Amino acid sequence: MKDDMSAYWSANVRLLTVCLVIWFLVSFVFGIFLVEPLNAIKLGGYKLGFWLAQQGSIYTFVILIFFYAWRMGQIDRKFDVHEQ
Amino acid sequence: MTELQIWTYAVVGLSFALYFYIAFKAQAGSTSEFYVAGGGVHPIANGMATAADWMSAASFISMAGIIAFKGYDASVYLMGWTGGYVLMAMLLAPYLRKFGKFTVPEFVGDRYYSKTARIVAVICLVIISLTYVVGQMKGVGVTFSRFLGVSMEVGLVVGMVIVFFYSAFGGMKGITYTQIAQYVVLIFAYTIPAVFISLQLTGNPLPQLGLGSQLADGSNMYLLDKLDQVVTELGFKSYTDKHDSTINLFFLTMTLMIGTAGLPHVIIRFFTVPKVADARSSAGWALIFIAILYTTAPAIGAMARLNLMNTVQIGPVGAADGNLVIEERPQWMKNWEATKLIAFTDKNGDGRLQYYNDGALSKAQADFAAAEKALADATDKTKAQAAFDKAQAALDKANTDAAASKFAGYGWKGNEMTKVDNDIMVLANPEIAKLPNWVIALVAAGGIAAALSTAAGLLLAIASAISHDLMKGIFTPNISEKTELMASRIAITIAILLAGYMGLNPPGFAAEVVALAFGLAASSIFPVLMMGIFSKRVNNYGAVLGMLAGIGTTLVYIFWFKGWFFVKGTEMAANVPANWFLGISPEAFGTVGALVNFAVAIIVSRMTAPPPAHIQELVESVRIPRGAGTAIAH
Repeated sequence: MKDDMSAYWSANVRLLTVCLVIWFLVSFVFGIFLVEPLNAIKLGGYKLGFWLAQQGSIYTFVILIFFYAWRMGQIDRKFDVHEQ
Repeated sequence: MTELQIWTYAVVGLSFALYFYIAFKAQAGSTSEFYVAGGGVHPIANGMATAADWMSAASFISMAGIIAFKGYDASVYLMGWTGGYVLMAMLLAPYLRKFGKFTVPEFVGDRYYSKTARIVAVICLVIISLTYVVGQMKGVGVTFSRFLGVSMEVGLVVGMVIVFFYSAFGGMKGITYTQIAQYVVLIFAYTIPAVFISLQLTGNPLPQLGLGSQLADGSNMYLLDKLDQVVTELGFKSYTDKHDSTINLFFLTMTLMIGTAGLPHVIIRFFTVPKVADARSSAGWALIFIAILYTTAPAIGAMARLNLMNTVQIGPVGAADGNLVIEERPQWMKNWEATKLIAFTDKNGDGRLQYYNDGALSKAQADFAAAEKALADATDKTKAQAAFDKAQAALDKANTDAAASKFAGYGWKGNEMTKVDNDIMVLANPEIAKLPNWVIALVAAGGIAAALSTAAGLLLAIASAISHDLMKGIFTPNISEKTELMASRIAITIAILLAGYMGLNPPGFAAEVVALAFGLAASSIFPVLMMGIFSKRVNNYGAVLGMLAGIGTTLVYIFWFKGWFFVKGTEMAANVPANWFLGISPEAFGTVGALVNFAVAIIVSRMTAPPPAHIQELVESVRIPRGAGTAIAH
């Protein structure tokens, strides 16, 4: 039981680490640190770096949260700790 | 009364009637209903209420204007105020929901088995929330006075009465359902003008796509390219490029993100959903509803800026008839001159308006005029004369510099649009785009809805901290549920009166304290909550010292550059990038404070005894969804 619980918790921590790496990449790395080189690429009338900072990062955040909620639902059931 | 005022009274009045109706239907009968709406709010409904709770008068009225004038650099607000929800959904909300109590300080007190920790958390919460609520009250007053022609004081009192009705009677239950209605009002008010303007400029009804589209004027030019061209031609910084320093952009964005995740009035919204899984998805729904406004704001900012530039610069830059004739200026300019949000002077006397970046010239001209007036009025002539001479020298230098610029060749003698307020961009946008009066009335109702919904959420957070944490939790633990309910209603009433008083008599530093609130939330509440869930080793000493060190560092840094307790003249160093630690502005320093909090808490905990076994079990239990009841008192 105790081992199951720590396996459940590491699965959660692994999943949220992956999500937070993407969160950091999209906003801080692409939106701020690399914005100038990325601006050389055009997305329609948008410069890519500018689009990521003002639009793309926000869409990514929404997707990340729903992905996390969905994946955690699966993990909850796998370890049988979901709410009835 | 004008036709617009009749429309505004009708739309705002209808929205108020709706809020009253909801307040009447959703009275709170128990502490559970008062603090967490009985714990039965659907995750989508809670997401919508969270969105209204979170989006304040600043998001609704000011943000698009800041984007319009700062361009790319304003991305910090867009990413910072949305990215925090990712942290909230993964690091805080589900576990705090599993913990299943009413308030944020209650978790801090239980997890760190310390009344001191709970009191420190209450103090942080009250300072953060009270700061915010003053801004909201002012927002209500300002919106009323601009659109309804009543004084700001009357507007503020009307706002206070309405918030009182549904928050004191309905508690969280009343607030939740009112916030859902307020979200609907504010999101329509925000997006309808944006759709019209996007259609006019680009032919694309979706502002998010219109911003990246070609202009519909037959030039086949992309809107953003055109905007860059127009503003740089007039000497302004380009719109889509980065101008601020990378390190400051990074720290400001991070501070806004962790500050958002640490705001108590937002966190308690996730105590109202039935299940742990709902807390996760509800954060996603909240962010969808927020993103509708936050992805529209950059389009409004860019399009309003382009419209503004084109209104003044009607022909080629430098052509004799390239600028707007002052006598022929549009009606919306005349309307907004009355509010002093727009001001101009015809400096070169050509009867036309020039709006451009003249370097230091405008500021030197204004400083010189002020010094000249001060000298005429002064009793101490020697001191005033010295200031006057200094202003004169600055003006001479600015004039020499300006004479060398291309604008001097056009006969321009300084920027003539001496004031264009940020707030104009959303409030006057429908008029600039010549939209019908009902749309303008809707914007007024939306601004008021945004301010009221945030104020109510903040007031509830303050009231529950006082009645539940301080009274029930620490000083008078034996009071009955009925007495506690009465106490929370009295607490909310006092909080409203205090907020109203501070809204009418704002301390001189009101605007500056807002930066402090984010820094505080980031450096105190977020780290203590996160460590309480993700570490079993951090103990009571670590938590209390960590919070104090985090807040302390942030406060001292802010006071260092803005004066001790914001008293002018007590600054230890000028608030300029050259003096900042690593180039981090005071507004962005909360992240450093958070790092200090983490470091102190971990080191102190390592050197002292680990938490007792039952606390370690508590941490184990909040990590697992199963067994979450609805939020209960004890």
